Amino acid sequence: MDSKTLIMEDRQNCVCSQSDLVKIKAQDINFFYGKQQALKDINLDVLSNKVTAIIGPSGCGKSTFIRLFNRMHELVPNTTLTGRIYLDGQDILGACVDPAEIRRRIGMVFQKPNPFPKNIFENISYGLEVNGIKNKEFIEGRVIESLKKAALWDEVKDRLHDSALNLSGGQQQRLCIARCLAVKPEVLLFDEPCASLDPISTRKIEELILELKKDYAIVIVTHNMQQAARVSDYTGFFLLGELIEFDKTEKIFKAPKNQKTEDYITGRFG
Amino acid sequence: MRKDIAQKIGFSFISLCMFTTVLFLFAIIYFIGSRGIKVISWEFLTQAPRNAMTAGGVAPAIVGTLYLTLGAVVFALPLGVACAIYLNEYSPKSYIVNIIRLSINNLAGVPSVVFGLFGLAVFVKFFGFGVSILSGSLALGILVLPVIISASQEALLAVPYSLREASLALGATKWQTIRKIVLPAALPGILTGVILSIGRVAGETAPILFTAAAFYLKGYPKSIFSEVMALPYHIYALMTEGAHPEQQTAIAYGCCLILLCLVLFMSAIAIFIRQRQRSHYYG
Repeated sequence: MDSKTLIMEDRQNCVCSQSDLVKIKAQDINFFYGKQQALKDINLDVLSNKVTAIIGPSGCGKSTFIRLFNRMHELVPNTTLTGRIYLDGQDILGACVDPAEIRRRIGMVFQKPNPFPKNIFENISYGLEVNGIKNKEFIEGRVIESLKKAALWDEVKDRLHDSALNLSGGQQQRLCIARCLAVKPEVLLFDEPCASLDPISTRKIEELILELKKDYAIVIVTHNMQQAARVSDYTGFFLLGELIEFDKTEKIFKAPKNQKTEDYITGRFG
Repeated sequence: MRKDIAQKIGFSFISLCMFTTVLFLFAIIYFIGSRGIKVISWEFLTQAPRNAMTAGGVAPAIVGTLYLTLGAVVFALPLGVACAIYLNEYSPKSYIVNIIRLSINNLAGVPSVVFGLFGLAVFVKFFGFGVSILSGSLALGILVLPVIISASQEALLAVPYSLREASLALGATKWQTIRKIVLPAALPGILTGVILSIGRVAGETAPILFTAAAFYLKGYPKSIFSEVMALPYHIYALMTEGAHPEQQTAIAYGCCLILLCLVLFMSAIAIFIRQRQRSHYYG
């Protein structure tokens, strides 16, 4: 095991041992596509070992917002971001911070399952290889561990060298989760992970999220309010690029303070 | 009812066009095949020409065409793929890039004899490679660059953006993403470009006219700086020079048939590799 791996393990242990810790702090975020403002003055904390749900109608900026956390917004040309985002107190938007390192520490699961056109094993080992890990036995161990954590091991253990594209949609999405877990991130971002899945697969992903929050800080974007209510501890409601309300999930769903939140929750618009 | 008739006329017309096309293809294969097969023998495939090209075989020309085609692909493939990667993955969207794209498209429209003269001026004279396999391969390589570039660009475009995102989100660099995810996924499409270029290169006469081809050689080329015989040029020579038009014409048909088979054979190899690659990734 090389030094980099050890550091990765260390970080993991130190995160697990603490609770109710601010993992990510977004401060005064304003974001523009060209001249069009997509996010307005957003302040939001993501806590360790909690699931934070971001809800709101389509186009309200939820996906845009969580893509700032792992600096995926930089892939889109002509954007402007002001404000600060801290991961464990470290400003991740700084010029001297390597976005690749941030992306390893903050994993992301996308709306549509996007496994690589490789076999199941390679899909998971890829993240380790690009992060410079070469030890075969170590990689193999980590692949198995990740598949088990993502509740996929029993279904694929006999066909690790089959193409990942032969898996069902739900299995593919769990593979994508396993792929994230393999590089030992500290935060998991889910961008509408169940949008293209059937109810049974959705159920499995939700159970998995509840299981994973023991080890990670989790942010999930969803426009399914029941899902937010089922899996999250905190919920933020976005509307037209503004964070209208952010509170414990129970409060948001049972006694929202803002009229707009209540209207959305009760289905009066959206 | 009238909609039905219009549809029937439309489909009939399309079918007619399709059958005409196929007819031409079969006509070519039939005429070349039936005339060419008469002169083909083991000797024809393995011997050098004898008696002022009226007897013997065309083996040096077959070997020469193989070398030139291989050389052109070896030269054009990395260059073309790199160019496509630059244009698709790295270049900022600007007017300079548009000019580059436009230039590449125009390169595809340049008559092939221009590449012949260009090759003579630059590779043969300026770089001093002489009339050689190297000069000819380079001239042919430039000729097919646009084919390989546009096929590669198409192939890269067809790789879903979500795969790039997934790779980057795992902490991979852009370079790692391109090398390990995008390129392997695009490879089957890139190989399609190679297949097209093989057909193009193997049959070109003009670019090798002044850069590589020899009228008559006894033996096989010794190095990349040797002159070579090549099938297309040999056909041209047989039909325009010499004192025995009848025997020569028969041999020319034989050469045509071999050229067709050669292109088919090289394409088959590329198709085989492409198929294997596809089943590896999507099996």
